[in-house]
Amino acid sequence: MLTFAVRRLVLSVPTLLFISFVIFMLLQLAPGDPMAQVPLTVPPEVKQKMREALGVGEPALVQYWKWLVQVFWTEPKVFIDWLTRDSFLLGWLPDTQLYQGELRVISWQTRSPVMDIVLQRIPQTLWVVGLSYVVGVLIALPIGVYSAYRQYSVFDQAGTFVTMVGFSIPPFFTGPLLIVVFSVYLGWFPSIYDTTHVVNDWDSFMVQLRQMVMPVMVLALQTTAQLSRYMRASMLDNLGQDYVRTARAKGLSEGIVVMVHVLRNSMIPVVTVIALGVPAIFGGAIITENVFKVNGIGQLLLTALFANDLPMVMTLTFIFAFLIVLFNLIADVLYGLLDPRIRYD
Amino acid sequence: MTDSPQDDLIVAAGADLPIEALKDTVPDTPPVSKWSAIWSQFRKHKGAMTGAFFLAIITLGVLLGPYLWTLDPQTLDIRAKDMRPIYTALWNAEAKTGWSHPLGTDQLGRDNLSQLIAGGRASMAVGWAAMLLSLLIGTAVGVMAGYFRKLDGPLMRLTDLFLSLPILPLLLVAVTLFRQPLRANFGPEGGMFVLIVAVVGITSWMPTARIVRGDILAIKEREFVLAARSIGTRSSLIIRRHLLPNVLSPIMVSATLGLATAIITESALSFLGVGFPSDFPTWGKMLADAVARMEDFPERVVLPGVAISLTVLGVNYLGDGLRDALDPRLRGR
Repeated sequence: MLTFAVRRLVLSVPTLLFISFVIFMLLQLAPGDPMAQVPLTVPPEVKQKMREALGVGEPALVQYWKWLVQVFWTEPKVFIDWLTRDSFLLGWLPDTQLYQGELRVISWQTRSPVMDIVLQRIPQTLWVVGLSYVVGVLIALPIGVYSAYRQYSVFDQAGTFVTMVGFSIPPFFTGPLLIVVFSVYLGWFPSIYDTTHVVNDWDSFMVQLRQMVMPVMVLALQTTAQLSRYMRASMLDNLGQDYVRTARAKGLSEGIVVMVHVLRNSMIPVVTVIALGVPAIFGGAIITENVFKVNGIGQLLLTALFANDLPMVMTLTFIFAFLIVLFNLIADVLYGLLDPRIRYD
Repeated sequence: MTDSPQDDLIVAAGADLPIEALKDTVPDTPPVSKWSAIWSQFRKHKGAMTGAFFLAIITLGVLLGPYLWTLDPQTLDIRAKDMRPIYTALWNAEAKTGWSHPLGTDQLGRDNLSQLIAGGRASMAVGWAAMLLSLLIGTAVGVMAGYFRKLDGPLMRLTDLFLSLPILPLLLVAVTLFRQPLRANFGPEGGMFVLIVAVVGITSWMPTARIVRGDILAIKEREFVLAARSIGTRSSLIIRRHLLPNVLSPIMVSATLGLATAIITESALSFLGVGFPSDFPTWGKMLADAVARMEDFPERVVLPGVAISLTVLGVNYLGDGLRDALDPRLRGR
């Protein structure tokens, strides 16, 4: 198992390198000049200097190499410095001072390091998207279990229909629909997520809660639809197995048979699906963040794209790819850990 | 009198009964072909039938609609702008309604019904074309990887690689960055069509490839393939005559799922403002344009949204029913 994990970890390095290379070359092919907005009165040689200052004067391969160095060497140094200087967990360690002012990945929009902006945006995304995923999982699992246990019952039929609907209605429709119903007609929740809101007492906490309800529900509906289908199918597979009949025959109560024997075995594939869905929800959050004006990572990518901010787009897309590869790895390892019948070597 | 009634009885008891027992039982119904069995199973799936019905209605509507409702979706009629749908008159007598525009008009006076029809044509065309492209790539990669052992490793690594690409961000990147050159070559609408179909097709073939590869791996070891090879059939012919017909059912199921994803992806791109040009109606674009004024005109959000959702829901249910009907282990239960 350990050798498998190590081998997968080693294999994921060339995968990530290849993905980053593909994204970089895709962006190189793109038309558009970062100097397009500069006034025509600026002489060409000055423009050339400005271009070089942004790092686009060099050949593509050199640019790619510099990006790699910045992301994999300079940024970790900055991160370690931050850990040992400001962070709560490791702040007691002596300041490492690894970062000596090398050039970091610079956004063309703001001329500030990309990673700083990403770190500002991560909390919003994590709060909304992460919470919605937790809520989705918590709703999906009981629905899946119960509708498999009472297959073809009214609950099952209704559950299947609701998950199918949740599966089919895109978030850019459910979002506006919820806004029309709950903020325009009923006035229960605000239609825009205010990210500057500070929680410091009970009232402000309730405001935060109310503004989170709608984006979280939109995202959770999708998660629920997908996961409860998996949970139901997996439970159905296991409920027909011989060991369930054995467990019933030896007189175990129905609750123990279903909730302990069947559920534990059915959770194995579902847990991996949950792990695989984590990066996907970051991608799906682009639309939901756009609808509710949450300024998270997805919205950052969208604005960077429209502003032709290539370093930002490159780094963000790479972060998404990194998350996908990482959670694929986690899912594979989890699968092996949970199910002793699976042998990887 | 040689033949007594007892003789008859003996003959009947001695000859008929064993024959009756040993006789091959003729099935009381004539044997059914595979496709009629599939159809009869499919018909039992209520959701699938409803889904197919809705899909057929919507498809017919967008195909024949322009001939029945001949208003041009792009004509501006600024005097008749912001009209409400005709049903609004039921509860609001002052609302600006009229039979000339049964579903109302938008802020520039374009007729909503003809926009819906035209938008449906665009969304359906993109969905079908992207689905066919992704099926083509997926089936080709799956068959190659399953049939030729040498290609299996590289092609499956490629599939894994594509699976670990972040799809929506990459779609956005590709569409925003390449719209200009394609527009120059194919015109504003044609260029976007080619671009969206290409990017959706290229980024959604992986599940099909995996499923097809798995099935091909199992089928190519069967005796009929061995027999075909032993009489000297070429590989291309084996694939076409013996393997492809046998993997048709998983391909059809993933086709329905692919159609649903393609329609949603196209609408999402239009919604984010990177899809078709602004005067070319698609469902996603209508929805996106209407969001800003949805407090006053909720129907402009709801109508295209319901159209997208009904289509996708119908396609998904259709796929569910197809999967049940095409699986011989589930059929007949």
